[in-house]
Amino acid sequence: MSKNNFAVIGQPLPKIDAWAKVVGETKYADDLFLPRMAYGKLLRSAHAHARIRSIDTTRALALPGVYAVVTGADLPRVKFGILPVSQDEEALCNDKVRMVGDPIAAVAAVDEETAERACRLIDVDYEPLPALMSIFDSLAHPEVRIHDYGDGPNVHKNVALQFGDVESAFERADLVREDVFFFEGNNHLPMEQHAAVAQWGSDGKVTLWSSTQTPHYVHRLLAKTLDIPAAHVRVVATPVGGGFGGKTDPFAHEIVACQLSKLTGRPVKIALTREEVFYTHRGRHPVLMWIKTGFTKQGDITGCHLRTWLDGGAYGSYGVASTFYTGVINPVTYKIPVYKFEGARIFTNKPPCGPKRGHGTPQPRFALECQIDKAAEQLGLDPAALRRRIVAEPFTKTANHLTVTTIGLGECIDKVVEASGWRDKRARFGVTAKQPGPASPRKRGVGIACSAYLTGAGTAIYWNDMPHSGVITRADRSGGVAVLCGATDIGQGSDSVLAYVTAEILGIDPKDIHVHPADTSLTPVDLGSYSSRVTLMCGMAAIQAAERLRAAIFTAVAKKLEVRPASLVARDRSARPCTVCWRSRARTRRPSARGNSRAAASDRPPATPTRRVSSISASTSKPGRSISRRCGSPTTSAAPSTRSWSRGRWKARSTWASARP
Amino acid sequence: MRVRIALTVNDEAREALAPVHKTLLEVLREDLGLTGTKHGCELGECGTCTVLVDGEPVLSCLVLPVEVEGRRITTVEGMAQGGRLHPLQQAFAELGAAQCGYCTPGILLTATALLAERPSPTRQEVKEALAGNLCRCTGYTKILDAVELAALRMGNRESRA
Repeated sequence: MSKNNFAVIGQPLPKIDAWAKVVGETKYADDLFLPRMAYGKLLRSAHAHARIRSIDTTRALALPGVYAVVTGADLPRVKFGILPVSQDEEALCNDKVRMVGDPIAAVAAVDEETAERACRLIDVDYEPLPALMSIFDSLAHPEVRIHDYGDGPNVHKNVALQFGDVESAFERADLVREDVFFFEGNNHLPMEQHAAVAQWGSDGKVTLWSSTQTPHYVHRLLAKTLDIPAAHVRVVATPVGGGFGGKTDPFAHEIVACQLSKLTGRPVKIALTREEVFYTHRGRHPVLMWIKTGFTKQGDITGCHLRTWLDGGAYGSYGVASTFYTGVINPVTYKIPVYKFEGARIFTNKPPCGPKRGHGTPQPRFALECQIDKAAEQLGLDPAALRRRIVAEPFTKTANHLTVTTIGLGECIDKVVEASGWRDKRARFGVTAKQPGPASPRKRGVGIACSAYLTGAGTAIYWNDMPHSGVITRADRSGGVAVLCGATDIGQGSDSVLAYVTAEILGIDPKDIHVHPADTSLTPVDLGSYSSRVTLMCGMAAIQAAERLRAAIFTAVAKKLEVRPASLVARDRSARPCTVCWRSRARTRRPSARGNSRAAASDRPPATPTRRVSSISASTSKPGRSISRRCGSPTTSAAPSTRSWSRGRWKARSTWASARP
Repeated sequence: MRVRIALTVNDEAREALAPVHKTLLEVLREDLGLTGTKHGCELGECGTCTVLVDGEPVLSCLVLPVEVEGRRITTVEGMAQGGRLHPLQQAFAELGAAQCGYCTPGILLTATALLAERPSPTRQEVKEALAGNLCRCTGYTKILDAVELAALRMGNRESRA
């Protein structure tokens, strides 16, 4: 048992879904095969930028085995996008394609091969437009417009922030460096390609099973793009075979699968190929970065001015947030007293970029870390010692008003320097070290880089003051506990977190718990598996729900046992008075004779992210504290009632409780 | 053109009627209902679709069923015997070596082939054996640990027997 007196939390337990995963039982979206199911395929643009003059589906429809062919004209004329400010995508393009891979039409057929063949029989008449393939192209050709919205020609979004006067900060510096860096972008590449199965029922309601990290947002956007009430849409996120941010947008294939199901009266599956995953990637933005930083002789940063240009690709996606993130997290790692940031996201005719692990922050970190190394070299300072000196202080505010609570980065650097043999390696491989022979092109180097990030997403994607996550926890008369939560397990273990938290508070084994995740018709809303927010927010909601359920169980048990609820503890699958816990076994397996007990709770965002951080530590330690208080101290308020029973009376009650039918 | 395909999968004689160009991966998943075998790229790059043919790991996305008729095919569904998990499955579950779990079946089968050939592999040998199986979640450390633990347990069991 850990020092916090936790029975479950902190123990090295297998994940609750591990057994299904190692025997191949887990059903990912593409493992679903429904009776009468048709297979869908999307016809994707062969042009990077073109006007669509006409689409002729006659030949495709005539192919035997084809059930339906759809184009944009068959769908409500509604644009969508994950952010309310960037509703710029169409499930099937109507007038124009903006990238190779843009979906234009779709087929449902008896099998994938027939659907593919039918796609090749769809005739599209394109009028090619100049394709803008880089940040420079797009800015140099304002006469070619990829979208007709944004902060300028081909500029999706401009962001500017300033905290203090950087020019005077540079005047105070002993060394001012200006450097330009380019990060070329990359993709998430989850092992599982996106897949979705849609079933449009004869009652007019549609169910979509999809490999998505954000079933709630898919739910909202299906209602919008299919033009049906949200109440008629059910989205189930199947276990996701890796996401990393690449499955956080709603995608064309999800909308199209629903429409094809409506038209064919059959379930329709669309599974993307690996090639298609690269068209829908939403990967890490390529970013061009200009960074100017002032340093004192000792290595302190006097001020920093960062400009970023993001290659956003053809659509908005999360791009506004990505742009913001290239700037706002930068002053968290080190003390940067004065900070100025200007960012711009540029549209290009390439697949759109979006959120990927660390969302927008690794690119400028790479730039600043490289620049710090260059400055250390010029100032004759050890790069590790320089970093150690300027690490952000605990319980401070950054120049841009982010609150740093605890920060272990300094100690981390010390340990890395010690454990890596940094000084010795630097003497041998550092920039000033003499390495053998210019003849060999192979050299070895040693380097250090640091980063900091934030936990949780403080605001929802659409503005609302509702909870970010909800949990329903239900105990039935068989003793089973079900936890219902909108969270999606993408391999990060959110199902297990829900089970562990609930098991800890109810004093049961995680195995006793059925976790039902991510079904918008059954589970309370959770905003999605992104921004390291799930353990924090679902975990908090699960704690609250389990505590309320435990209170209901304690009330019922206490009434039967004629004890005070506060005298009970939940441990080893039973609720019992703590002072006699080694003698009694008042089973909680039937918490209510009349039926199910149910408790719901939700995690509301705090007013500021700062307070959130402090509230987590207080709340997560709460169950342990309350249990140990009840168990350990007979002089607390629970004591008088426990003292009032005779042992014999308690024993009798105990027998009665466990003998109940 | 559809052809009759007779396969021995997990010691069971199975038949399917499928187009001759359908891959072993597709026939296993779509015609025989063995969805434990996953598809990752269908280009032979990622190892996700690995199955064993006569004990050798092969990429089922690059194999035609007609090529493996009469040979012994093992998928992840065939690893547990008599309701008991294979030591590799046990170790993968215990050590958190399966995260999203999508690459897991392929890795388990590749590791099975390795341990059949080399009951006590070095870490380097495990790394080399699994070099063709990509995992995006774990960073591989837990996978390597799990293979080593399974090898140890299988060795102990054998020496007791």
